[in-house]
Amino acid sequence: MKALVKATAPAPAPAVAGDAPLPVTADPRPSGRQRAAELLQRQGVLAVLVLLCVISSFVFDSFATLDNTRGITIQASFLSIVALGMTMVIVTGGIDLSVGSVFALGGVLAAWASQYGFLPALLVPLAVCGAIGAFNGFLVAKAGMAPFIVTLASLLGARGLLLALTHEGATTYLVPRGSAFKELGSGAVWGFGYPVLIALALFAVGGLVLQRTSFGQALFAVGGSGDAALLMGLPVARTKVLVYTLSGLLAGLAGALNAARLSSGVTIIGVGMELDAISAVVIGGTLLVGGAGSVSGTLWGVLLLGVIQNLINQIGSLNSSYQSVVSGGFLIVVVVAQRYLSAARRGT
Amino acid sequence: MAPPEAAAAQSAPPGPPSPPPAPGAVLEAVGVSKRFPGVVALDDVSFTLRQGEIHALVGENGAGKSTLIKLLTGVYRPDDGELRLAGEPGAFHHPHEAQRAGISTIYQEVNLVPLMSVARNIFLGREPKNRFGLIDFPRMHRETAELLGGFGITADPRRPLHTLGIGTQQMVALARAVSVQARVVVMDEPTSSLEPREVETLFRVIGELHERGISILYVSHRMDELYRICDRVTVLRDGRLVHSGDLADTDRVRLVSLMLGREIAEVRRHGATSFGEGHTADRQPVLTASGLTRRHQLQDIALELHPGEVLGLGGLLGSGRSETAKALSGALPLDGGEISVGGRALRRLTPSAAIRAGISMLPEDRKAEGIVPGLSVRENIVLAAMPRLSRAGIVSRQKQDRIVEIFMKRLRIKAAGPEQKVGELSGGNQQKVLLARWLCLEPKVLLLDEPTRGIDVGAKAEVQSLIDDLAGEGLAVLLISSDIEELVEGADRIVVLRAGAVAGELTGDDVEENALLAVLAETGDSDDGDSHSDFGDSTDDAGEAPEAEAEAAAGPQDAAPGPLTKTTAPDAPPESAAGTGTGTAAAPAPPADGEPQSTPDTPGGAGSATAKEDPR
Repeated sequence: MKALVKATAPAPAPAVAGDAPLPVTADPRPSGRQRAAELLQRQGVLAVLVLLCVISSFVFDSFATLDNTRGITIQASFLSIVALGMTMVIVTGGIDLSVGSVFALGGVLAAWASQYGFLPALLVPLAVCGAIGAFNGFLVAKAGMAPFIVTLASLLGARGLLLALTHEGATTYLVPRGSAFKELGSGAVWGFGYPVLIALALFAVGGLVLQRTSFGQALFAVGGSGDAALLMGLPVARTKVLVYTLSGLLAGLAGALNAARLSSGVTIIGVGMELDAISAVVIGGTLLVGGAGSVSGTLWGVLLLGVIQNLINQIGSLNSSYQSVVSGGFLIVVVVAQRYLSAARRGT
Repeated sequence: MAPPEAAAAQSAPPGPPSPPPAPGAVLEAVGVSKRFPGVVALDDVSFTLRQGEIHALVGENGAGKSTLIKLLTGVYRPDDGELRLAGEPGAFHHPHEAQRAGISTIYQEVNLVPLMSVARNIFLGREPKNRFGLIDFPRMHRETAELLGGFGITADPRRPLHTLGIGTQQMVALARAVSVQARVVVMDEPTSSLEPREVETLFRVIGELHERGISILYVSHRMDELYRICDRVTVLRDGRLVHSGDLADTDRVRLVSLMLGREIAEVRRHGATSFGEGHTADRQPVLTASGLTRRHQLQDIALELHPGEVLGLGGLLGSGRSETAKALSGALPLDGGEISVGGRALRRLTPSAAIRAGISMLPEDRKAEGIVPGLSVRENIVLAAMPRLSRAGIVSRQKQDRIVEIFMKRLRIKAAGPEQKVGELSGGNQQKVLLARWLCLEPKVLLLDEPTRGIDVGAKAEVQSLIDDLAGEGLAVLLISSDIEELVEGADRIVVLRAGAVAGELTGDDVEENALLAVLAETGDSDDGDSHSDFGDSTDDAGEAPEAEAEAAAGPQDAAPGPLTKTTAPDAPPESAAGTGTGTAAAPAPPADGEPQSTPDTPGGAGSATAKEDPR
């Protein structure tokens, strides 16, 4: 039904009549309304985020303080790194449910390897988590399996591996005191933790990769139309393997950073983190069906979730579990708004 | 182009020792075969594409055209035989390799990424980089504009592709294909979704490619196009090569007979289409529509459909043909209008209400709006009939099987069996499955939007004769086709639309190509006083009381009578009477909302085609 109605929309208006072959002229430029919709779709989250921050800083005295800002950003930094990888996966039209488990596994591996020094603490989780990502990508791209199923299996597998490593959570690996790895989590510049700075750097690079490299274009092409990408000679399978590997690597890195900050490999974290990451990505304006999205939107999405959490903590009397309720509600608002904005952009 | 004897030598089947490379051959397939489970798609086919020629590849669906193209472009690899590129044996393992070798393909459906910008689509996979290794967008946009400009296309390189018309998208695909330094461009039915104006542009671009010495392999079902632009032709039938030679030596009838494997005389006797003589329609209309209006799309469309007739709906792309059909089937929300079936007005215009009233619609885009490719033939056929076949939610498999069997036989659906997935069938058979789906609802009115588009000649003929039979059995059929020949031969009566309004109607002997073209070719902006002189001589029936719909439109108070009442304006100014050449239109509904923007002197159409003014 919806498809029927939509399909009628882009009927090109017969331009000028005449028998000579006229130059094919593109349809009229987008109207003001269409452009406004496009801008809102792209930067709407940022607008909401700014608005929310402005209002909150008037309502809560302790909101717009440097301390609170540091707190929000460090909290958001781990999720943001995971969500960065998720953005790229979703742009290809896929999904990576394994990131929560991989995040926790990366943390435990980092804490365990930290006894051997700084580099092992960083490289071991990256190697293992990257391998899990590559495995996901291989099954999705080469075996043609559904990303949902493949990464669901990895979610369970990574969590199981984690429990085996920690003897069902009985063993907790601690990061040695005074090690350089611990410094990675706890150090700060002007009070902003290293994880925050690393996340920002990754987003800058990620933005360039997505928008300004052939790999990034291939991600959009695969998500926008896989068949077309294949027929245009793009390395579709390789792109998919790479993007899941990237997602695994980033989730592992985020886990390692988190372990450095907590000084230990905590086994029970990361449950449901994949859903937070997906929420942030979608709130950030990336289409769940693939083909369109931005890493900047994801950054705003993560920050928005962080601010909401922070506000609920500020209110104090509210159970912090309400954060999920608010986030869920917000997600629905965003998805509904996207639907209307997309329609407005098409000019229907 | 090529000397005939060389062409004849080419068409000879290759002997066991590999034949020497043909002179001037860019791309050759030598004795290639391709087998799929249960089917031999290509059987020992040899094909030569020469430097700088435009080579037509024709055949029915299932003849092996697509398979051959896919072999040549690296999508498939041959089971037997070899490919030669400029005389050298070679094989492509991936479309990428073929593209690197200079073979570009544009497919029937635009195979680009809709959400990405024009420039990104053109440069996808080979983006220009700046010295930091990042994509150089200014250069990309500049080069895109230059490239498109070279083909006379002006489109903003930054705009997402999906915001452009299909024709422009096709041009972008072509621009991409050419910009990869192509030596060979393969075009698989490039015109099937273009409007005539865009086809002209495409042909101009093809002409330019031709001058640059690029070889073109051109696949099309449209004879006119082949004879206009192609030098040589290769005909495939049932996976075998049946003919290869100069197109000029092969006349149309012979070409059709080669494709169909039928005798020439038989084709002549039956004509180019498979429609029979006209039908005798009942007086009482089964479907009456009046005042169908939707902002920007439809304006006060009025139609009557009689049982047993095929009503053609003509007009150029964007004239509102498909929208009208969708409105009748309840799929297009309307701002106003009334539809009644068998004298009873539909209270709510929804697809389910329309189906219940007996209106069935075969949509234009069978891929997106009809076929469920993953379901079997049986499931696709009974989809719409489910409520009838089930009792308390339980679907009787026995009834299903019976219905499916009847329709598969009656419509000659070629499938391995009722359980074969529809996605595996040819376009023509998919269309028949869709037709079967609606026919098993026993509709009173059948709306067919481009029923033969993109299907091969044989299936086209079958669908056409089927339409004929259905009308003969008393069904009211609305036929939309951009194939003028099909429309003229298939329809008993043609209503022509322009800019979302009824522009004229052809009845009786006027249902022929020239009259239709005359109405189609009229300019749409007849509401200025100047066009008066263009048609000033059509005063043959000016002596009768002019219907003067224009008058009704000019004064809303005159338009008060019901939508289907003929409105006469007794006090029409004399100059209007002289200039208005309207006869008695079958359904001359005055604009219900009657926006009084137009001047009264709207002329009628040429000849006896009744023209109705565009109320805008």
